[in-house]
Amino acid sequence: MSVAESIRAMVAEKEELAGYSGAKFGMWLFLITELMLFAVLFTAYGVFRALHLEAFHEAHRELNLTLGTVNTLVLITSSFTMALAVGAAQRGRRSLTTLFLSATTLLGIAFLFIKAVEYGAKIHHGLYPGGPAFQALEAGEKLFFGLYFTMTGLHALHVYAGILVVLWLLVRNLLGHFSSEYFAPVEIGGLYWHLVDLIWIYLFPLLYLVG
Amino acid sequence: MLHDKAHAHITPWWVYGAVYVALLVLTWVTVAVARVDLGAWNVVVAVGIATVKAALVALFFMHLLHEGRLTWSYLGLTLFAIALLLGLSLLDIWAIFLRAGA
Repeated sequence: MSVAESIRAMVAEKEELAGYSGAKFGMWLFLITELMLFAVLFTAYGVFRALHLEAFHEAHRELNLTLGTVNTLVLITSSFTMALAVGAAQRGRRSLTTLFLSATTLLGIAFLFIKAVEYGAKIHHGLYPGGPAFQALEAGEKLFFGLYFTMTGLHALHVYAGILVVLWLLVRNLLGHFSSEYFAPVEIGGLYWHLVDLIWIYLFPLLYLVG
Repeated sequence: MLHDKAHAHITPWWVYGAVYVALLVLTWVTVAVARVDLGAWNVVVAVGIATVKAALVALFFMHLLHEGRLTWSYLGLTLFAIALLLGLSLLDIWAIFLRAGA
């Protein structure tokens, strides 16, 4: 191998490393911006909860604990199937990857469906910002429901975006784009999906359990 | 030309299974504990359990355990910033309560 060739080989290897590690680091940077976004909302929740302790506790009883718990299990299971999808992709097991990505998509859709049922019940009872029952609430309870809709709504948007990402991975997997040599997109798509689960892990106890 | 394999750490299947079972158990624990009235401690226990669950997801499902120093330091800085934001805001509220009580 000539000097020029070995330099080319070294550059290629460096670029490849930058490709895989760089892609993952880029996704982590994006996840950090997401953490900062939700951290502000959690701070608002913490401050208003401290100021309206009783009202928050009263208002949180209106939420459906059963549906909230089921949705927690659905989302944790989807994170598990996503982790398995990455494991399958790393091992080059294409049909197994398809199976786990499909399961993740279906669980994501199930989560949004249950969330929609919950929102439907709240809207039916007039418990939405500006709704008749909402207007009759005291200030602290209004804040609770305002934060509930803002936080779970923004989270639901993230689940929706996550489903699109997983579907995109599913299509690329079916087209045979991934192998045991190339699976970075599955891994960084998975990182995004897990972040959505991470945020729900905090939303569930704060909104549904302690209030 | 593509070799993600050379740089990736492949987690054994059983690790994912064990983490999943732990997450299910912790979910059950957090729901069960919330039924017991611990006063102000309820929220502390709830956030504590959530943090253990979040750590399990990040370390194992997101492979943070095998990430390099770069990712860890950026994430550490972020968590520090969040702790400042949350901590100082709550400290402010606490100070208001103290003054009101005095």
